[in-house]
This record gives sequence, structure tokens and C-alpha cells, in this order.
Amino acid sequence: MAGVPKLDVLICGGASCISNHSHDIKDTIHEELKKKGIEEDVRVIETGCMGPCELGPVMLVYPDKVFYQRLKPEDIGNIVENHFIKGRPVEEKILVSETTRAIIEKEQEDADFFKKQTKIVLSNCGRIDPENIEEYITENGYAAIGKILTSSNPDEVVETIKKSGLRGRGGGGFPTGRKWEFVKNAENDQKYVVCNADEGDPGAFMDRSVLEGDPHCIIEGMSIAAYAVGANKGYVYIRAEYPLAITRLEHALEQAREYGFLGENIFETGFSFDIEIRIGAGAFVCGEETALISSIEGGRGNPRPRPPFPAISGLWGKPTLLNNVETYANIRHIILNGWEWFSSIGTETSKGTKVFALSGKIKNTGLIEVPMGTTLRELIFDIGGGVPDGKKFKAVQLGGPSGGCVPEEYLDTPIDYETLIELGAMMGSGGVIVMDEDTCMVNTARFFLDFTKSESCGKCVPCRVGLVKLYDMLDKIVKGNGELEDLDKLESLCYSVKKTSLCGLGQTAPNPVLSTLKYFKNEYLEHIQDHTCRAKVCADLVTYTIIPEACRSCGICAKNCPVDCITGSKGVPYVINQDVCISCGTCYDVCPFDSIIKE
Amino acid sequence: MQIHIPDNPQYRELKEYIKKEKGKKGPLIKVLHKAQDIFGYLPKEVQYFVAKELNVNLSDVYGVVTFYNFFSTTPKGKNEINVCLGTACYVRGADKVLSMLEEELNIGNGETTEDNLFTLNTARCFGACGLAPAVMINEEVYGHVDRKKIKKMLAEYKGKEE
Amino acid sequence: MNLEELRKLREKGQREMMQRSDNAKYRIVVGMGTSGIAAGAREVLTTFIEEINSRKIKDVVVMQTGEKGYSSKEPVVEVFVHEEKEPVVYGNINPEKAKRIVTEHIVGGVIVEDYQVVFGD
Repeated sequence: MAGVPKLDVLICGGASCISNHSHDIKDTIHEELKKKGIEEDVRVIETGCMGPCELGPVMLVYPDKVFYQRLKPEDIGNIVENHFIKGRPVEEKILVSETTRAIIEKEQEDADFFKKQTKIVLSNCGRIDPENIEEYITENGYAAIGKILTSSNPDEVVETIKKSGLRGRGGGGFPTGRKWEFVKNAENDQKYVVCNADEGDPGAFMDRSVLEGDPHCIIEGMSIAAYAVGANKGYVYIRAEYPLAITRLEHALEQAREYGFLGENIFETGFSFDIEIRIGAGAFVCGEETALISSIEGGRGNPRPRPPFPAISGLWGKPTLLNNVETYANIRHIILNGWEWFSSIGTETSKGTKVFALSGKIKNTGLIEVPMGTTLRELIFDIGGGVPDGKKFKAVQLGGPSGGCVPEEYLDTPIDYETLIELGAMMGSGGVIVMDEDTCMVNTARFFLDFTKSESCGKCVPCRVGLVKLYDMLDKIVKGNGELEDLDKLESLCYSVKKTSLCGLGQTAPNPVLSTLKYFKNEYLEHIQDHTCRAKVCADLVTYTIIPEACRSCGICAKNCPVDCITGSKGVPYVINQDVCISCGTCYDVCPFDSIIKE
Repeated sequence: MQIHIPDNPQYRELKEYIKKEKGKKGPLIKVLHKAQDIFGYLPKEVQYFVAKELNVNLSDVYGVVTFYNFFSTTPKGKNEINVCLGTACYVRGADKVLSMLEEELNIGNGETTEDNLFTLNTARCFGACGLAPAVMINEEVYGHVDRKKIKKMLAEYKGKEE
Repeated sequence: MNLEELRKLREKGQREMMQRSDNAKYRIVVGMGTSGIAAGAREVLTTFIEEINSRKIKDVVVMQTGEKGYSSKEPVVEVFVHEEKEPVVYGNINPEKAKRIVTEHIVGGVIVEDYQVVFGD
């Protein structure tokens, strides 16, 4: 498995450099790297025009900030040998001047973090005061709803959304325009528009940020949808874990009413619409649309079979449009900038941008927005800054408890709805959790099953019983009692649960097990056959020992041990009683002299 | 079943709220949120009262109360501590944070301290993944939690009492 | 509300923003999302307001906004200097650092490089 590259080589791919054969330079570098066996240490990136075309082909090496000029293929062997391997830049090809210094500085300013992002959904987040409607209006707020109410009919709006190629940002990726069309065509005098703000996937917080940072864009998006499908009432179902988002949205709703963007006769067109907030009560399954509807109705969040789909029979049996926060946040931009603009961003099947929440073992944790088709590697290493503390990347978890873990070899896959499914993960709501060598993949699978089994609503058997059985098997393996045949059982039960569960929760809950079995089978085998956990996470397979020579007899370990199994005294090294030890790792964490080893 | 409901300000407040919400569609969860705000938890009497006032079956009320993690049928301490067990927090050692809190408070998950000051619970991701591991006390989120921070946080809340 | 009124409101807002940057030399914007607040943004915001008031600095406004997405750098503070478009972004700010920003950047006019956000390290 490849590690984190040590050097970044930026080769100018501007027209001038290409005509000066910069592609030959790039190919030669690849050949040389391969010859020396250091492909994994050096990442070669082709950039846009760097500017000094007369010096081309040019190349910039990071982190050394060395600028090479007028390169020829025959120079490359020397540069790879002396610079890339021995760390001695080849002086005669380097240009040091005001120009190069400026280029290096500019390149840094446009650091990847910003360069690779495209902000549509988050364009206002962190820029405007979310509690002041006039700031939103200044940023062209409520212009989109004004525009369509006065100049488009509902069919045209639906057509625009369809042509834009926007797909649901909450998980499944169903084409938004088609959903709108279904609801529009459903005949009924009462229809509803619902916003799913029950962002339940652990590791995802883009919807919270949008609601907190730009609540009016959701109100506007929902209003446009209501006009398009013929609804006059909307609900935002938001989770109780987000108190600040609830407060900000409530405030925004009041302001919108005060300014006449909600209520009767909006923009003097006769269109009426208002929104009510419904607060969840902590049930993951309520992110599923039929469960969410049941919860808004005030009942238990039990899903029901589909069809009928909510578009036909949803809230209180009426046609209901359900989209998530990020989907609604895109709407006003599509109306204002046109579907052509939106569909020019992204990949063949997935248009626009996606917001991802980077977390876990990654340097720049936070929210980012990139065009669909960006690779996982760009996301994690270029924007996210890679894994901190010099640790090795192991996997990235995408799509929450419904998703999967993707190993290093697939990081260059461009992200869209389809490619992620192929990899055994899914887009989900966009949580990207990075795991390093200290994460045990079997334990991670158990973690997700622990989550889904306790969040199962209990209505259908495969999910209610199957997930518990899957958890038990994983638990057995994690505790070092697994048998080889468990792996086959595990896999076949996964497929049964997937195929026979009623709703999305059960249908996708086995994904974390299947993806780890697929990509990290070794770790399962090590737990079963060798009784070892390479990440040293599974407590039953790890022992802690105090190195007598290193122990300074400070007694801090003994003081913190929850089961009092460490003894010793001043001047005498402390000892852990292995019979009593529960391998909690507290002593290891608190020892100020690193005198305790974990193995 | 006959349960005696005392006539006190708490019930009067709840009654007022129910009167306001009753005409709206699907008010049960909203009313239960309010009831838990007022009483701190949802004992049998309160559930009975809600059922009667909203004109719904007690079994429906009980069904909803027990379905959702947010509703509690046992009393809670003055301050509710929720340890996030979301994936990002888990990867960054949330399980350790939980056991540290259990040690510091000398109670288990789901329990309340003897002085009734803290209840310890776990939660699923409050979206502060960038600050993992995270802990929420009442409505306040604390990020990058370690032993030192735990001691400081707890002392802060204990200090408020004195 | 009709389209004309909306247009006027927007133009008024844009004018005010221009004025704001004409009158106020500095605009201090504190990110107040859940992550920011959890990391201590509320204290930072109060410190800025207190410092600005107690030193009687005139040409500065302190404002709040949502989350920019830089969770690992929270609390995040941006300082807009009126003639420049891009703000100076400060990360991991606490009340002590806020005071230093007021002293050195707002009063002294020198960016506190130690606290500036640099990505990728």
C-alpha cells in the first residue's frame, strides 16, 4: 500500500509549456521514479499555466519550493537522483529571481485548500450574518423566488431543475427535478413541501452549517419548490441535537414573514406559503423519508413500504415533496444562474458540487465544497492536508453507517454517485472520515453495527434480528474468539439483511461489514487466526506492560488505573497484574515517561 | 386507569401549551418536548396527562416516548452530559472519553450522580466532528475533550452550584 | 413586498456595505457556528467588543457570521481592512490572542502572523 507522498512535483501544463514538450518531461519523471522505485514518494501534478512561458517547460517542487526552468528530458535523471532521492536540488536548472519568488508565493496563496473548492451551497456560510435578513437580501437573496413568481410558471421551474441535473444530496441521489415533477403531477388540493434536516449520519455536519450560517437560502429553496409543485405549507424536520440551527432558523422564519417572503400573497402574486419547524427526538431512522413523515405526524418513526411514494401519498396522506437541506440550498443558485451553468459543473452523471465534512484522522478537519468528480485523494490530501502526526493513511469511510470504507488504492477515483456505489460505499450525506493505522477495521465494522442495531426501529425482522446477529459475530471476532467459518456466515447474513429489509436503514447497514471484508480481510484473519489486532485497538488482544528500566516509579499509572491492578512503590518499578488488567489503556495514556508498551 | 394529577404550576403550564397546540396537526412530539422541558423527564403521570389532554391513547404516548432517545422516563440530573459516539469522535477516542467521565463522576452510562448534579449519556453525533472527540453539556458543545478538559468542565458546573 | 421593493432593499444593503467599509477601517468578523462556539468563539467575540469599547477605538465594527468550514482552526476570526477585498484570517483564537490582535493589528496596523491561518501544515 502506498504511503503519503513526500514531494509534490508541479509541472506546468499551460499551452506554451506543452508545446515545449512538458508532457515528455512528465513521462520521463514517471519512468525515472518507477526505475528508482520511489513512485509512492513523489506525486506528479500537472497544473495550469504558471506564467513564465518563456522559461518553459517549468516545474515547481514542494515542499522545497524549488523552481526548475527550461527542462529537457535528459535533465530528469539527474534531478530525480540528486534532488528527489538525495535531497540536493540541481542548482544549474534552478531559477532564482523575483519572478520565481512571486510565482512560488502565488502558488502558495492559491493553496490547494482554496483552489480545489467551488462554493455554491456554502457561498454565504461564514460570510453573512445569519441573523440579519438584509445581509442575505444584499447577496441577491429572495431574488430567485421573486423572479420565478413573476415570470415563470411551475412547469418551467420543474423543467429548469430537471435540466440542471441536480440530484438529491441526502443520500440516494434521486434526480430532484423528477421528484418535483411527480409531486406537481399528483392531483390533490393539499400538498406539502418538507425539508429533511435530520442529519443523522455521524460525521456529517454540512446541513447544520447551512442552517446556522445561511438559513434563508433553505426558506427560499423550499418556497421555490412549493410554487413548482403547488404546495402552500412546508415543514422543516430538524434534529434536536442542533439547538443553534433551530434558533437561527426560527429567527429567519420570523424575519421572512415580517418582510413578506412567507405568508399570503408573496410578491403580490397571490402565491401563499409558510413553513413550520418540527423538532426530532433522537432517532436515526427518521432520516428515512417515510419514517420522517410519520415522525412529523407525531408518531413513532416507523418506516412503511413504498410504493406508495410520498410524492403520491406522504404527510397525512397528501402528496409530499421531500428534499434535504443541501438540495434546497442549491435551488436558488440554479434559478439565478441557469441550468446550463449548473450542469456544466461536475461529471456526466452527477452535476454541481458536493459539500463534504472532513473529520477523523485528518489535519484540516472541516467543511469543504468541491465539484463532483473531484478525487478522494484531492479531498483528503490536497484539501484536507492528509493524516496528521506522521501516521499512515489506512481507509476513508464515506456515507455514514450506510456507507463503506475505501482503501488507499481507490483514492484516485473521481467521486460521484455511481463510482462510490461501485466501491461499496455511497455518497450519503457527505461525511468523510479518515482512518489511519491506529484504526482497527474489524472494530470499526462492529462500531457501525452497534450503531445501526440500536437505531433499528424494530419493525421488520431482517433488520431487528439480523443486525444483532451481525454485531454478535463481529464482537466475537473482536474479542479474539472468532472462527474462520464466521467470515462466510457474516458475509451471507449481510446479503440476506440487505435484500430483505424494509427500509434504507436495514438495506444499507451491512455495507460497513461488506466493505471491510472486501478490502481488509487480512485484519479479520489476523484477529481470528493470530489473535492479534494490528492497530492495537481491540482490548482483548492487546496487553500493556511496564518496562522496568524506563519506569521512574512516579505512580501516576497506579493512581489512574480504574481496576487498581498496578502496584509498586518509590524506587521500585511498577508492575501491571495481567490477570486483573482490562486493557483500557489509561496507564499508557497517562504515563509521562512513555514507559509502558502496548502489544 | 385512574391517576391523580396534582393541580400545580407545572401542569398548568403544560395544559396551556397543549391548548395552544391541540388544534394543529400532529402535536404529540412537540407537546412531549415541552413536557420534558417542564418536568425534566416524562413519568407515567405526565404521559397520562398528555394522553388525556390531547385525546389520544396512552399506549400511543408511551410508544412515542420509548421510541425516541431524547425522551426519558427516569429523572435526570441538573446537568445532562452527552458524550458523542459518532464515527469521527469514535475514531478520535470517544470511548475513552466516556470511561474517563464514568471514572470522574463515579457513575455508569445512563446514570445520575448522587448529588443529582450530572446525568451521563451518550449521543449520536452532534455535528461537531471537526472538534472530535466532543461532549455536550446541556446545550453547550465542548470540543477536543481530554482528561484535563473534563476536570475543568465538571469543576465549572460544580462551581455554578456554590 | 414586490420586486421593486426587493431591488431597493438590495441596493440599500449594498450601499450600506460600501459605507460600512468607508467609515470603518476594520471589520472584525467572528465565526459563530456550533464548532466556533464550542471552541470558545463567544468569549472571543465578547473580548473584541470589550477591548474595542474600553480602548474607545472608533473605526471598527465587530460582527458575527456562520461557519466557514475550518473546524480545526476554530474559533476563526476574519479582519477586513476596508480598502482590501480579502480578509486576514486568524485561527485558534482565544481571548488573549484577541487582545493581541486588537493591539497589534487594529491599533498598530501590523498583521499578527503567528495566528494567521495557513492551510496544509
